[in-house]
Amino acid sequence: MAFSIYDFTSFNQSIDKLLYDSLPPFWALIIEMTIIGVVFLLFYAVVGLFLVYAERKVCAFMQNRVGPNRVGPYGIFQTIADFIKLLMKELIYIKNADKLLFNLAPFIVIIASFMAISAVPFAKGLHAIDFDIGILYVIAVSSLGVVGILLAGWSSNNKYSLIGAMRSGAQIVSYELSVGLSLVTIIILAGTMQFSAIVEGQANGWFIFKGHIPAFIAFVVFLIASTAETNRGPFDLAEAESELTAGFHTEYSGIKFAFFFLAEYMNMFLVASIAATVFLGGWMPFHVSGWGGFNAVMDFIPPLIWYFGKTAFIIFLMMWFKWTFPRLRIDQLLTLEWKYLLPINLVNILVMAFMVLMGWHF
Amino acid sequence: MKEVINLPVKNIEEEEYHINMGPQHPSTHGVLRLVVSLQGEIVKSLKPHCGYIHRGIEKMCEKDTYPQIIHLTDRMDYLSAHINNHAVCLLVEKALEVEVPERVKYIRTIVDELNRIASHQLWWCSFGMDMGGLTCFFYGLRDREKILDIFEESFGSRLLHSYYTPGGLMMDIHPDFQKNVKVFIKYFRKKIKDYDDLLSGNVIMQLRTKGVGVISKEDAISFGMTGPTGRGSGFSCDVRKHHPYGVYEKVQFNEIVRTEGDTLARYLNRMDEMRESMNIIEQLIDNIPAGDYTAKMKAVIKLPAGEYFQRVESARGELGVYVVSDGNKTPFRMKFRTPSFSNLSTLDYVSRGCKIADLVAIGASMDYVIPDIDR
Repeated sequence: MAFSIYDFTSFNQSIDKLLYDSLPPFWALIIEMTIIGVVFLLFYAVVGLFLVYAERKVCAFMQNRVGPNRVGPYGIFQTIADFIKLLMKELIYIKNADKLLFNLAPFIVIIASFMAISAVPFAKGLHAIDFDIGILYVIAVSSLGVVGILLAGWSSNNKYSLIGAMRSGAQIVSYELSVGLSLVTIIILAGTMQFSAIVEGQANGWFIFKGHIPAFIAFVVFLIASTAETNRGPFDLAEAESELTAGFHTEYSGIKFAFFFLAEYMNMFLVASIAATVFLGGWMPFHVSGWGGFNAVMDFIPPLIWYFGKTAFIIFLMMWFKWTFPRLRIDQLLTLEWKYLLPINLVNILVMAFMVLMGWHF
Repeated sequence: MKEVINLPVKNIEEEEYHINMGPQHPSTHGVLRLVVSLQGEIVKSLKPHCGYIHRGIEKMCEKDTYPQIIHLTDRMDYLSAHINNHAVCLLVEKALEVEVPERVKYIRTIVDELNRIASHQLWWCSFGMDMGGLTCFFYGLRDREKILDIFEESFGSRLLHSYYTPGGLMMDIHPDFQKNVKVFIKYFRKKIKDYDDLLSGNVIMQLRTKGVGVISKEDAISFGMTGPTGRGSGFSCDVRKHHPYGVYEKVQFNEIVRTEGDTLARYLNRMDEMRESMNIIEQLIDNIPAGDYTAKMKAVIKLPAGEYFQRVESARGELGVYVVSDGNKTPFRMKFRTPSFSNLSTLDYVSRGCKIADLVAIGASMDYVIPDIDR
């Protein structure tokens, strides 16, 4: 394929070979795992910082403001300054709080998003773990985050936190269904759950185009449901600033609050990259079958740019939701899921299965 | 055989718990404390605790002369400061039987309506924010800024103007006042469409407000709800129509009344009132007669002994001023009937059975200003 110049596989294999040649296999494995871990931590920090900055700029753009513009050119170092401030702030301990759970909660939230992000393919060969049940793994791991939110709400010994956690529990249990089912729609079309295979399957057309209307409906449903799952936008009932002050993280301060904050942005990045990978071809360039010249030009754009471009587009959509819509009420939120999204989804799966059987897709 | 033990099991679902919304809470817009009794998310009852910003304005008035009192009224409902001033000025003028120049009446009416628009803009900001749409806040403040600029240019201050004095005005309007007001109205007619696009027409907003917090007309009257809040329940109570002051008799305007009585009706009432205020200003702005900006008043104002009452339509409802004078330069007793206080009194009745999110929406639609409640 033309984009083989951007293939990371041979690069990775040469490092692997070098390590295994010079070290015993056990140590080589340990070093490889450490390298991947460090790379992901750095990636996590950089993306988190960048997304906070991006959100502030996007929101400023929508609200007739300038946004951060004091620290560094265009304020790009603002989030770093904020992060340092959060690091130095006092950690407040609450009387009668369940200390163990209170301290554990932010880590569960952040670990869940950390684990899920490791299954996402960034480019060809740039992929930490390529499970053959990749999608299932991501759904399973990312929904662990709600445990952290529930623990935070329960252990804070604060009624606002508890209400926020209750809401979050109800919300995530419901919307997890829609996320899962909309991905099932695409699994039917792709015939696999492996991320690398899903991306390869979109070499001659992204699934959102290949799957006609059902794929598009699945994309919209996924977008709505995943926004709800990340507790953002019109579905930020768990924090609900004007009702519950800050919801489940009311009592957290300093770096622990920063963990929740970072996890929210990483979850947003995660669902955006899943949406980009499953519906919009991941790192796969935009191809139109039959247009050789056009496809060749598209292939020259590196896959990392494709991947981050698509992810950024979906993140922008999610920010757009957040800064435009008012917040839903909890019963309306559940009505939307159980009465509208879920039936639509189930019918959609049947339509997609029928279409795949008849071979009507591209 | 297994013995069945009947332990006293508390049904968690039926247990109530209390939360304190406020004195520091984003949705109360000030230092109001609502002790809310909840069952899960459903509000069972609610007890407002006022007094956190009580400054004893009514008592302070007993020590002050009438021109001084005007400065205190600014501090009650700080968002409609001009209208508060107007109430005291009208009362003093009525008691002394002073005829103020036409020019003063025109300017006062225009400035009152501008103040009403500014107040409703800030209400719209905070309403949007309480509903979770933060962008509204910045849109509203951006447009309110234009009015405040006009105020600053003419009266030298942006929030607490004390522009009216008994018998007239503190100073004449700025030469650019008329031009700037016309520019603003042209600008705001366009922007109010944005407001509708952003919030009024939004599906989520409609879902959140339609049929929420319904108050019947009878209840509205018995609780003394006035202003856009009372008129949302079909209670025709516009002081500008029923007991005209200023030059309201000379202008054509509609009293906005809706009969649904829900949060959406109160919301739309305020939106329509902004448009209606612009109509009033447009009719007056070109016709301000020439003349003095104040009537001839004595240096020391002493009201004849007796009782006086004057009401005006503030941005939140009917503002009443009641004075008992013993003939001195200070009132013997002064009492303000503030609209926010009466509107707040309904909150418990209305919000029972609602969810917390509804309580916030209802509170936002009542548009109470805390210093107006506590005085």
